[in-house]
Amino acid sequence: MNLTLRIWRQKGPEDKGRMVTYPVDDVSPDMSFLEMLDVLNERLILAGEDPVAFDHDCREGICGMCGLMINGDAHGPQRGTTACQLHMRQFTDGETIDIEPWRASAFPVIKDLVVNRGAFDKIIAAGGYITAPTGSAPEAHSTPVAKANADAAFESAACIGCGACVAACPNGSGMLFTAAKLTQLSLLPQGQPERYTRVIGMVDAHDEAGFGGCTNAGECTPACPKGIPLNTIGRLNRDYLAATTKGAGNTPGA
Amino acid sequence: MELFTEGDPIADTKAPTGPVEKRWETRRFEAKLVNPANRRKMTVIVVGTGLAGGSAAATLAEQGYHVKSYCYQDSPRRAHSIAAQGGINAAKNYRNDGDSVHRLFYDTVKGGDFRSRESNVHRLAEVSVNIIDQCVAQGVPFAREYGGLLDTRSFGGAQVQRTFYARGQTGQQLLLGAYQALERQIGLGNVEMNARHEMLELVIVDGKARGIVVRDLVTGEISTEMADAVVLASGGYGNVFYLSTNAKGCNVTATWRAHRKGAYFANPCYTQIHPTCIPVSGDHQSKLTLMSESLRNDGRVWVPKTKGDDRNPRDIPEDERDYYLERIYPSFGNLVPRDIASRAAKNVCDEGRGVGPTKLGVYLDFADAIDRLGRKAIEAKYGNLFEMYERITGEDPYEVPMRIYPAVHYTMGGLWVDYDLQSSIPGLFVIGEANFSDHGANRLGASALMQGLADGYFVLPTTIANYLASGGLEKVDASHPAAVEARTDVEDRIQRLLAVNGDRTVDSFHRELGQIMWEHCGMERSEAGLRKAIDEIRALREQFWQRVKVSGTGEELNQSLEKAGRVADFFELAELMCIDALHREESCGGHFRAEHQTPDGEAQRDDDRFAYVAAWEFTATGEPSVLHKEDLKFEYVHPTQRSYK
Repeated sequence: MNLTLRIWRQKGPEDKGRMVTYPVDDVSPDMSFLEMLDVLNERLILAGEDPVAFDHDCREGICGMCGLMINGDAHGPQRGTTACQLHMRQFTDGETIDIEPWRASAFPVIKDLVVNRGAFDKIIAAGGYITAPTGSAPEAHSTPVAKANADAAFESAACIGCGACVAACPNGSGMLFTAAKLTQLSLLPQGQPERYTRVIGMVDAHDEAGFGGCTNAGECTPACPKGIPLNTIGRLNRDYLAATTKGAGNTPGA
Repeated sequence: MELFTEGDPIADTKAPTGPVEKRWETRRFEAKLVNPANRRKMTVIVVGTGLAGGSAAATLAEQGYHVKSYCYQDSPRRAHSIAAQGGINAAKNYRNDGDSVHRLFYDTVKGGDFRSRESNVHRLAEVSVNIIDQCVAQGVPFAREYGGLLDTRSFGGAQVQRTFYARGQTGQQLLLGAYQALERQIGLGNVEMNARHEMLELVIVDGKARGIVVRDLVTGEISTEMADAVVLASGGYGNVFYLSTNAKGCNVTATWRAHRKGAYFANPCYTQIHPTCIPVSGDHQSKLTLMSESLRNDGRVWVPKTKGDDRNPRDIPEDERDYYLERIYPSFGNLVPRDIASRAAKNVCDEGRGVGPTKLGVYLDFADAIDRLGRKAIEAKYGNLFEMYERITGEDPYEVPMRIYPAVHYTMGGLWVDYDLQSSIPGLFVIGEANFSDHGANRLGASALMQGLADGYFVLPTTIANYLASGGLEKVDASHPAAVEARTDVEDRIQRLLAVNGDRTVDSFHRELGQIMWEHCGMERSEAGLRKAIDEIRALREQFWQRVKVSGTGEELNQSLEKAGRVADFFELAELMCIDALHREESCGGHFRAEHQTPDGEAQRDDDRFAYVAAWEFTATGEPSVLHKEDLKFEYVHPTQRSYK
């Protein structure tokens, strides 16, 4: 396959950035999208040009490090697939492909296609955990968990923190990410004591980090490589409302 | 020139004596403690944020130490532990099927082909039960049964169901548990997190590990970080083969830099090759993807009986197929351990009976299972794996058999540590895959997660306190001559890499190194092959330093420079791996020497000559390393020949 790539190049945070066109030839349909970029980079290095910086690590769809806007879609055209698992057979010979970084004010560009997603870590640090210092745990079977709750908690816990939801959202909101963690922890008995302080802490951190608000545009779930359901945001809102208006968690017995 | 010299044996591993089941208790009681008020004043550096590093950093911070944590990824949540699929072993015996701490201990020593330490392995089995409690308390969503209790399964040929799991994403869920505990400590100000930072040198002051030199991967800034102790949790070195199931960034640099500064490197030749990975599709291949071992529960492995049979697999009649694992190993069949399944696949491909475009592949066929159980049942069990396979290969495994081939997956070798997980440099502790300690010559399935968390949550926090409480640590800062020297070395090395400005990319060298290693130090090794590999590696290393082309500068985000530094270290490690493999004139676990096999082609151990840990001391680049032997004694599990026939 012969393709034309139009790639966002930006030297650093202060650079304005621009799209640059690169033809690539002899692309095998069995290559992954990132392997196709590897081939381009090898050529650029030998030509004395600066290779395209992009984040990636496991290349098996689980670490969440890769993230590219491909023709305007987060992680490209195939649903339920991270950019690293996307293969070139999804494209046609002669096609022009636009490749851009995640664009959101909470994810500033570092270089080319690499962005800073540290804001996600801050949301977790503000409450996305269960306080259980090492050594303090009771016997694992002392608290059974209904299978339906355990399964639903797992479904939300499958989030890989890649940021596709933010990139796909017209508001640049990180609500799906935040709601996924909140849903996991609030479905488990171990997560109950901190349930309401958690939601306030995480939502505040989300807003402080510069993410936009959720207006139910619903663009996040289709872009999510792990299919985190939209109804997790409903759960977040319910807990947030209970925490802020009823003082849940602060009133004994409430 | 001699390839190595022999030094003094290692006399003391600091393991307590007495009954094996009392040793860890004894150690914990004898370990000195640090007063809570003093912990605040002590700083511990932890490099790596996987299961071992993440859990250690969180736990040390909970105890009150000041922790500085480093990872090369953009977030501590991305460490490669996240990719582990299968599960985590623990001797809970919830199934009442005869499991116990002693049985897990026994299975692990035997599975490691009698090349691990009994004291360590018993401790691992003991704390395995605490790990499950800890993870459940953190909200790790393990699979559960309808009654609400934890589900377990049998894994990797174990005869008891002791493997806890979270679908095919157990590593992810355990890592996120540790990551969340770590983030909590970051939020509380007890951990200073440095993501996108890479350790490039160890700082030793008065013979003790006192700091590291790191490069900020975003700005290129080099800084020296000092501490009272340094913990390396930087993972394994499988990427020396270029193609492996490791993440692209996994590297040996942290441990290799420590090795060059005096930490012994133990058993580097023990590598685990996983039998069920998706085969290489072409020269562009950048990594290999594992397909969970659980597939072998229902899939049947076969190749055509005749060489060069290119027919569509569905057109090959039953009597012209060789279900070779079922034929050679009738009692274990398709479920033989990893090393055996891998080597058998290699053998049939060497005979010219491999399948697929490259002929380096065998079929894993679900047709019988689909006939027997129905497509729906197979979908329910393996649906996500089948989808992943189709995404990568473009083939539908419900219709055509999967093609699989072995790939490098895990490295049992690593920095030598004593019972306290302390390396041969005082104050330098090594945990998780980065150390060599618990898996011997072969790791059992679902035991890597167990070891990472055992080290990080439970073992290290006890043993490091003993070191810190022992005192004698002068206050030092980054202006100490040893720290300045380490930093200058790092800067010089970066300049050297940038200055070559040759005509070959880093990846082209890495790929070539990987081919040499896979060919001669992979599934089967021989004296002639290893000697050839050593010569080739040396020649290629010289070429690297004359011809490598690294673009850009040191003062920016420069992924080409990052890779160059890592590959430079892989060259040195590769040579040591081959020397280790050459000197170990026996076959054991993941190390198979062609010259040492039983008449029917199985691994032939030599306990009289090789029942020891080979701990290598660095001298100088290209100079012979010094071998220190640590004898292994088996008081509880008596060495036998592994047989799966």
